[in-house]
Amino acid sequence: MISAAHAVRTIAKRELVAYFTSPVAYVFLVIFLLLTGFLTFTAGGFFERGEASLAAFFAFHPWVYLVLVPAVGMRLWAEERRAGTLELLLTLPVTAWQAILGKFAASWTFLAIALALTFPVIVTVNVLGEPDNGQIFAGYLGSFFLAGAYLAITCFTSATTRNQVVAFILSVVLCLFLLLAGFSPVTDLLVRWASPALVDTVAAFSVVTHFDGFQKGVIDSRDVLFFLSVIGFALFATGVVLRNR
Amino acid sequence: MIRIENLVKSFGAKRAVDGVSFEVARGEVLGFLGPNGAGKSTTMRMITGFIPPTSGRVTVGGHDVAESPLEAKRLIGYLPEAAPSYPDMTVEGFLGFAAEMRGLEGAARRTAIARVVDLCFLQSVLAQSIDTLSKGYRHRTCLAQALIHDPEVLILDEPTDGLDPNQKHEVRNLIRELGRSKAVVFSTHILEEVDAACTRAIIIDRGRIVANGTPAELRALSAHAGAVTLHAAGASAEKLAALGRVEPVNGAFRVVPKDRGAAGQLALAVVELAQREGWKLDALHTEEGQLDEVFRSLTLPDTVKK
Repeated sequence: MISAAHAVRTIAKRELVAYFTSPVAYVFLVIFLLLTGFLTFTAGGFFERGEASLAAFFAFHPWVYLVLVPAVGMRLWAEERRAGTLELLLTLPVTAWQAILGKFAASWTFLAIALALTFPVIVTVNVLGEPDNGQIFAGYLGSFFLAGAYLAITCFTSATTRNQVVAFILSVVLCLFLLLAGFSPVTDLLVRWASPALVDTVAAFSVVTHFDGFQKGVIDSRDVLFFLSVIGFALFATGVVLRNR
Repeated sequence: MIRIENLVKSFGAKRAVDGVSFEVARGEVLGFLGPNGAGKSTTMRMITGFIPPTSGRVTVGGHDVAESPLEAKRLIGYLPEAAPSYPDMTVEGFLGFAAEMRGLEGAARRTAIARVVDLCFLQSVLAQSIDTLSKGYRHRTCLAQALIHDPEVLILDEPTDGLDPNQKHEVRNLIRELGRSKAVVFSTHILEEVDAACTRAIIIDRGRIVANGTPAELRALSAHAGAVTLHAAGASAEKLAALGRVEPVNGAFRVVPKDRGAAGQLALAVVELAQREGWKLDALHTEEGQLDEVFRSLTLPDTVKK
């Protein structure tokens, strides 16, 4: 007999180990750390801001994740389908939900590891000034949820195809939509044609709107709920796709 | 152990499996024969719960695969067609994963891995990553995965595909051995395997069962089953024609009985006739019928336009 939790854990463990046995994981980590570091200190103007905060660091996360999270998640199901191991996995005594949760948990953990490796930036800002570490914690939490939302969407697109490239492109497009719906240059433009109420409604569906709340140091249950429902919905859609393959 | 009732699977307008019913008891090895695209893999995928049937029912060990899939899957060991496995894992890691997913831990897990490694001859490649293995080893790794929990039901989709003749021989012996205590279904299009490993065989064509019986029963369906071939100097077709339909074969005569039921007496009648006529009898044998002939007569090759 194998319990549901044990099944999820076993699948997650296999998946996480698979990340680190392929060079992709290390390439990803290096690119992620270089890119966030570079953007923080150049385009973000970390020093020029003259404030002890990580606003310059977090500001680019929605954009960095836009490309890197689909790269992490694209293989989740597409590769299983291509290699035929999906047949192996789904004929083991597990439900599709347990497999979905296990795989999602593994790649979310991987992203959490990547995020945790940015700790030098916390050290830096604490050495240089006296930042509000509560706000930084909230910022990290928001970033973690954002990565989870993108990842769940990638999970869904990955289940629809056996081609990782297709999964990647589809998820970038879907995530870009969620991003742009609340991106101020876009919303400012939309206000000229649509009523502000409509624009606000659309923006409410954007990850940016909810991500910004965390950056202000506020952990609002509505923002948390938003990210959890995006994740929940995308994983549910993954289940539907797998069931009707 | 396995009971299949009126199983149907449609893909769009095409009926890949069209009303298949059969049962497999413990101690039986069922050979599943049919041309490519006949619905063998589709049927096996429905038994293992990988794809849901359009209609019909599959029960494994009394558990309905659609209603209580986990209970059914626990009893099944499955080798999918093309024997997939995770290429970035080592053989040991992969078998460890399979064992853990089957709820085997600690000492039980180590024992289980040691057992299947021994059964499938994988000792030499245990620490190797699967993508560096030859096809035969990869195939046996996947087979080992199917056996890890010593399942009561084994579903093997072309278990000898891609193996060399020695490996084929070993796997057939293994299947026959396992069949003593389990219910085994395996698909193949190698007809000798039916004789080598099966207690019963089903021939399926275009989604329907066209024959179901022991290898001997299937051979009896052959047009030549029970025919007597006779090599004798002085034999004449006219005289033999009294006993049955006569066909000349490479300087010999084949006598096909008119009545299948009387086939047993035919050889005796031929011998008596030869003695009466004073033919010099050189060789005489009763044909059992050829499985490939039965196979060809019952199924339509996919090279023929339907």
